[in-house]
Amino acid sequence: MNFELSTDQKLLVETVRAFVQKESPPGRLRSLRSDALGFSRDLWRKMGELGWLALPFPERFGGLEQSFVEVSLVLEQLGAGLVPEPYLGAIVFAGGLLAEAGTDAQREQWLAPLATGESLLAVAHAERGSRFEPSSVATTATATGDGYVLRGEKHFVLWGNAADAFIVSARTAGATHEARGVSLFLVPKAAAGLRVDALATTDGHRAARLTFDGAHVARDAVVGSVDDGVRPLSLAIDRATAGASAEAVGVMREALNLTVAYLGTREQFGVKIGTFQALQHRAVDMFIETELARSMAMLAALRAESKDDEERVRAVSAAKAHVAASGRFVTAQAIQLHGGIGISDEHDIGLYFKRMHALATLFGDEEHHLARFAARKAFATLET
Amino acid sequence: MDLSFSAEHDAFRAEVRAFLKTNLPPHLRAKADVDAHFEMPEIMEWHRILYKKGWVAPHWPNEHGGPGWDAARRFILTEELELAGTPGLSPFGLIMVGPLIMQFGTDAQKARFLPKILSGEEVWCQGYSEPNAGSDLASLKLRADDDGKGNFVLNGQKTWTTYAQYADWIFVLARTDSSGPKHKGISFLLVPMKTKGLVVKPFLSIGNTLAFSETFFEDVLVPRENLVGPLHGGWSLAKALLGHERTFIASVGASTRLLARVKRIAAETRTPAGVLFDDPIVRAKIAAMEIKLEGLRMANYRAIAGAQLGHAPGPESSLLKIRGSEILQQLFELAMSIMGHDSLSWFNGASSVPPIEEWVPSQWAYYRASTIYGGSNEIQRNVIAKMILNLPGA
Repeated sequence: MNFELSTDQKLLVETVRAFVQKESPPGRLRSLRSDALGFSRDLWRKMGELGWLALPFPERFGGLEQSFVEVSLVLEQLGAGLVPEPYLGAIVFAGGLLAEAGTDAQREQWLAPLATGESLLAVAHAERGSRFEPSSVATTATATGDGYVLRGEKHFVLWGNAADAFIVSARTAGATHEARGVSLFLVPKAAAGLRVDALATTDGHRAARLTFDGAHVARDAVVGSVDDGVRPLSLAIDRATAGASAEAVGVMREALNLTVAYLGTREQFGVKIGTFQALQHRAVDMFIETELARSMAMLAALRAESKDDEERVRAVSAAKAHVAASGRFVTAQAIQLHGGIGISDEHDIGLYFKRMHALATLFGDEEHHLARFAARKAFATLET
Repeated sequence: MDLSFSAEHDAFRAEVRAFLKTNLPPHLRAKADVDAHFEMPEIMEWHRILYKKGWVAPHWPNEHGGPGWDAARRFILTEELELAGTPGLSPFGLIMVGPLIMQFGTDAQKARFLPKILSGEEVWCQGYSEPNAGSDLASLKLRADDDGKGNFVLNGQKTWTTYAQYADWIFVLARTDSSGPKHKGISFLLVPMKTKGLVVKPFLSIGNTLAFSETFFEDVLVPRENLVGPLHGGWSLAKALLGHERTFIASVGASTRLLARVKRIAAETRTPAGVLFDDPIVRAKIAAMEIKLEGLRMANYRAIAGAQLGHAPGPESSLLKIRGSEILQQLFELAMSIMGHDSLSWFNGASSVPPIEEWVPSQWAYYRASTIYGGSNEIQRNVIAKMILNLPGA
């Protein structure tokens, strides 16, 4: 067993941390609310120049082929700084899905510009009422002579407002909740019959609602095999879930840091409020939850790419359920310990609270992952 | 980063399992199977078996008769023993006073006491707590006065002396000076239990076991050579001992075993709708506990991996103690809730509940102690606050 970071990994952490502190203080998220895009293309390209956007991709498509541990180290730092640039949605989720399931032509066309920050991809899989099930797809793709025609609606497409193309799940066969019969399509944003409506999310990020009204795509737009899209989509969701867990640990860590700093400066009854044991113990519980969540996020990072379904799902769902519960506790306590100022939009702590909600919810909330964990074979084993 | 143990450690785990299969005596295995409370004679019987194998003091260095193992091996042995439900060895000699004598004792004390702690020939108990000095240990009142003839004379009382009725020796913190600050007049003494004036009164715990005692001292004579460390300098020994006591008490193995029991109880409990283990609410509650335990296990692995690399222990031992004891209690609560009416069964001789449930109510009550002993969880939180939060006053 070894949980030490290698020299290269430590260097990566330090460079991302320094970059985040210099380029993207947490309050930046507040000022970006009035910006139509919601993040900075320049900053995103700089991150591309530093190689971070290329980390998970195969070398032959311009990637650096690093393990998921490296990816999660970056995400933790981005989480700590509340960096809105779409690393989790575009690189880990969409890029990961295309790297896994795309044809060589699709990967050649999209991965290199994604890794330099020139273009953006998004996954459109969630629908109203689908909750967190990738197989719950009502959007249809009907085969025509030379391709497919898409009809339906997709919700909460992360950074869909800025994406140049979407990987869309649509039903080519079967009934709404069946695992088989879902296919994935690569759809450019300019496709006729596709409408993109941007929407703001609770955490100050952006997403989009996509409406497909007879949008036509060619046969070579299929990502992976026809009817068999749920498997690669689920694998991509598992990696994104592990990624969200890592980012959430950064959010928790920084929320705790801010809180401890506040307890050491704020005075009431003539003393620093950090001298009160009741508040110290609350802060210690935040520390404990953060450390345990970090332990589980590490487990998820180490298992995120495992081909053993049992091992991967168990680790990823356990981590997400733990992180979601711990993260909500830590960020809610952070507000409580800040007192009134914690409720003010001027103070950053509320931004952490809301980002934590998004990370706890995306790719499945605590209850979803509890149920998924409990459905695994290993859970039903009655022996030690 | 790498989650796996080395091949050598995996082989050791297999060796421990094979050993347990053939060496846990049938009458102890029968109690282990239902996780019954072990009495001291049973604990010492198991102690001697492990002693013969050379596994009784995994954390002791070679020069004092230990195996000189690394942290991972020690963890594996502990985990496997807990998973098998074997009697938990008495910590007072092996974990507490033994290492303290190694660190602060004279050569004569080392030669006199350590071999017999190891072999189990002499059983120890701990005299720290007093009726009015628990977490505020420095306020203890047991007096040890110099009689001018080379002895201390002890007067006062200790409490929570676990298994004092079985012990040959007790180590006590006693007040040798009342003139200065409270913590500067305390000394660390070793006292034979069969000394005139020393009286032990066991009392029933809420788990219906006679594990605890009150211990009374009336003009108990203790020779000066039984002083460990400097006169009036016992406080630093007490603090060092609390450090030993806290090391790696996450009870991951015990909780893993208990979780499996919770699941089996749920799987064997029929309801009009099927079995409880298939009830989504019950299942979600069990899953949440399993995930919490998984988090603790990972945190424990991280601590062990750090110890392997020689990192100085930080706040993680307190973290593991706090969360480990909480999880143990929550698992017992879950077991009781799943048992429903069966949880009302209190040592019913007619055995109205299945054997798998029989001991749960007693242990559920007893393990309320886990967040109190070994330094209460509130004290552990103070320790963490001091170590990492940089808070004023912490």
